[in-house]
Amino acid sequence: MTYFSSDAWYWPIIYIGIAGWIATDMWRWFGVIAGNRLKEGSLALLWVRATATSLVAAVIAKLILQPTGALSEFNIYLRIFAVAAGFAAFQMTGKRIVVGCGVALLVLLVGNWALNFQ
Amino acid sequence: MQINISKSQAFWQGAKVVFTLQGLMLSGAMIGFAGFAVEVGLSRFEAVLMAGMIWALPSQLILIGSIFAGAALPATFLAVALSAIRLMPMTAALVPEIKNPKTPTWLLLILSHFVAITAWVYSMDKTRELPRDVRVSFFAGAGGCIWAFNTAVIGISYGIVSDLPLMAIGALFFLTPVYFLMTLWRSARDYSIYIAMVIGLILGPVFAQIWPEIDILLAGVVGGSLSTLIYVLIERNKGENP
Repeated sequence: MTYFSSDAWYWPIIYIGIAGWIATDMWRWFGVIAGNRLKEGSLALLWVRATATSLVAAVIAKLILQPTGALSEFNIYLRIFAVAAGFAAFQMTGKRIVVGCGVALLVLLVGNWALNFQ
Repeated sequence: MQINISKSQAFWQGAKVVFTLQGLMLSGAMIGFAGFAVEVGLSRFEAVLMAGMIWALPSQLILIGSIFAGAALPATFLAVALSAIRLMPMTAALVPEIKNPKTPTWLLLILSHFVAITAWVYSMDKTRELPRDVRVSFFAGAGGCIWAFNTAVIGISYGIVSDLPLMAIGALFFLTPVYFLMTLWRSARDYSIYIAMVIGLILGPVFAQIWPEIDILLAGVVGGSLSTLIYVLIERNKGENP
């Protein structure tokens, strides 16, 4: 039942269809059903929105602190510092995302170069 | 301020998200994903299929991780499902914003596939200015076009970025959380969102240490409840002592 346990051409489609598509879209479908019952301005909607925001914030923290793959090549303190610098620049320029992202990326790359400079 | 626009105008207005900075940033992350797919040995078809069917980058990475760890289908299903729970409250928060009394549920079920951070933040932010009867069209344009465009980006960039250095892929992956953070912060309509974000950013890593299997879910539910409570208490206080 692993991804590589069958040579059939359709097996990757079934595997990705169940473990990828159904596993993610079922939450979106539950969300439609729940959202259909929520009234604008209600306490329940306020809670749902706050919960969605906290969930995404936790995902953001995870992507920075415990990344899978190539980002883990960069030093963790450098990653945190780069995000903080980018966010500060974003705030100081009237919430301009392009500036915040640019500064964060620049700090990450320059910092990484400096750390590896022998 | 309400403006008068047709449904097709709203659709194309939503589609503009593809070429906004957030949209292009997402395309960068998708090119990073294509490079990662080449790196681990997935075919072009598999990479496109995963992105098109899942349409949530963190879950795509978890699916790949599980596949190459040799996990059985039920175990992979569970791991991916746990990583995607946030899509439920995100969708539930979006639906009351965009639907009107005539919107059929089947349409919302189909369009819900396009709920992912970029189109979600964009639509939560922009649909407020639109009349209610065109908001679903706006989201269909934003979500559908950014999905179609970036699924194509993966297919096209697959071969081209095969020699992308690891550091470049890492930098592209770094941009994803950075622009999530800033777009979410900017789209906040009241301070309850700021409270929820700060608490989520703190609780996420805390629960990752205590209970890593369901850390995101815990951070969301505890953080969301806590920030709602704080918001309600502050507002009640304001009401009593104006």
